[in-house]
Amino acid sequence: MSRDEFKIRYNMRVLTDHTITALAILATLIVIAPLLLIFGQVIYKGASSLNLAFFIRSPKPVGEMGGGMANAILGSGIMLGVASAIGVPIGIGGGIFLAEFGRGTKFANAIRFTADVLNGVPSIVMGLAIYSLIVIPQHHFSALSGGVALGIMMIPTVCRTTEEMLLMVPHAVREAALGLGVPNWRSVLSITVKTASPGIITGCMLAFARVAGETAPLIFTALGNQFWSASLDQPIAALPLQIYVYALSPYDDWHRLAWAGSLVLIVLIVLAVSLVRFVTSRGVLKGAS
Amino acid sequence: MGVGIEVATLNAWYGTNHTLQDINLHIPPNHVTALIGPSGCGKSTFVRCLNRLHETNPIARVTGVVRIGDLDIYKDAKPVEIRRRVGMVFQRPNPFPTMSIYDNVAAGLKLNGYHNRRSLDEIVERSLKDSALWGEVKDDLKKKSGASLSGGQQQRLCIARALAVDPEVLLMDEPASALDPVSTSKIEDLIFQLKSQYTIVIVTHNMQQAARVAEKTGFFLNGRMVEFDSTHKIFTNPSDKRTEDYITGRFG
Repeated sequence: MSRDEFKIRYNMRVLTDHTITALAILATLIVIAPLLLIFGQVIYKGASSLNLAFFIRSPKPVGEMGGGMANAILGSGIMLGVASAIGVPIGIGGGIFLAEFGRGTKFANAIRFTADVLNGVPSIVMGLAIYSLIVIPQHHFSALSGGVALGIMMIPTVCRTTEEMLLMVPHAVREAALGLGVPNWRSVLSITVKTASPGIITGCMLAFARVAGETAPLIFTALGNQFWSASLDQPIAALPLQIYVYALSPYDDWHRLAWAGSLVLIVLIVLAVSLVRFVTSRGVLKGAS
Repeated sequence: MGVGIEVATLNAWYGTNHTLQDINLHIPPNHVTALIGPSGCGKSTFVRCLNRLHETNPIARVTGVVRIGDLDIYKDAKPVEIRRRVGMVFQRPNPFPTMSIYDNVAAGLKLNGYHNRRSLDEIVERSLKDSALWGEVKDDLKKKSGASLSGGQQQRLCIARALAVDPEVLLMDEPASALDPVSTSKIEDLIFQLKSQYTIVIVTHNMQQAARVAEKTGFFLNGRMVEFDSTHKIFTNPSDKRTEDYITGRFG
């Protein structure tokens, strides 16, 4: 190959390299642009309506200025607590069964399929199902039914990510535990699950963040409430519900509160996820896997 | 102290694949016994039958008798008990990635419900000294993860972990094949020192390694044990033609 020929080919390669890099950067920008736009819009519209009252007051009747969404923040917190108490243990337990004990059995395949279907059930249908299972027998809407609806929606996500993460734990690590004379159940809980825990926690957080913004399943279950309530047995407000109602209303004041509510919802989700990450990533183990 | 191992008509299968055929063998106590042979000849399967790890694979099956000391391991005991008496070191170092160095060594005891803090400290120190790792890690026992060590250190950590449960037999499945020459020679020195306390069975691809560390050597081929004798005899004057062909590098 002559010197000139080499130079031409070299330049071609450099050009291709730059083009591909540029395309990749462009794609990345397109991916994050919607997020930045949403965040920017929410901050722009919502930040000005945020004040102390927003966090400590319940909504005022139409026509009166002021008021806040303290009851909705509390309501969302309570229902997400109930949802996590249902979705996280059942989901993780199911994932452990799928990956460790039922692998390859028909029963496990059936469960895996069911979980995937459940994941695809529209959230409004979930709301209706819980309406007929809990709300109708009880004869009233309640925070509990809202929490249950959200919890059931968390199960498939938590279950499947737990399974995937457990399957990623190298076989060598399991054998190491068995080779030490550790019983299988103990090895699964103390070694495999622990090794996979960063991924499992990510799965739980994803499920949590997803249901935290759900409105549809709450319409027929939690219903919403303009007043302060912390009872599991009563209808309760939730941030997404409140945003939905306020955004559809004809009042400018409520529109502003809806924006503020959106901002608070997003920030609270980010805070909750970061807090869990921080708490679970301390100690020697952080850089481990 | 180590104990002897008696193997009679041992057969093992993976699915329909008959990987071990009629193995009969006496492994003497407190000696190093090397198992050599080409890839896929069944030597790894054989050591995995000695601590009943073979059967953790759902398609695997074993028949025959294995006695470790006085214990008929397929008859008189549960797999978990046997694995506490028969430690194992694997081909690739496999420390528990989420555990500190200390917890890795103590894992076998802690996970079996042993929690006496002071004696755990002693056992961890003794095991790390026995595996010649103590000097390199003693300042970071609880600060560093087992996975942060180098490959050779990780393998010595795994040896310490196996020693901590105080086994009678130590099985090593190509313990140095993933390591550099310096780490390999450290592991070999270690094997030499450990045989006063344990019966050691080592699988190796490396014939020089077998010649260096072992008193007894067994040659496996196609699931059968072709020859078992003193290492010296195997490497200088083997009785079987196939052994000689393998030793001299004609195949495998």
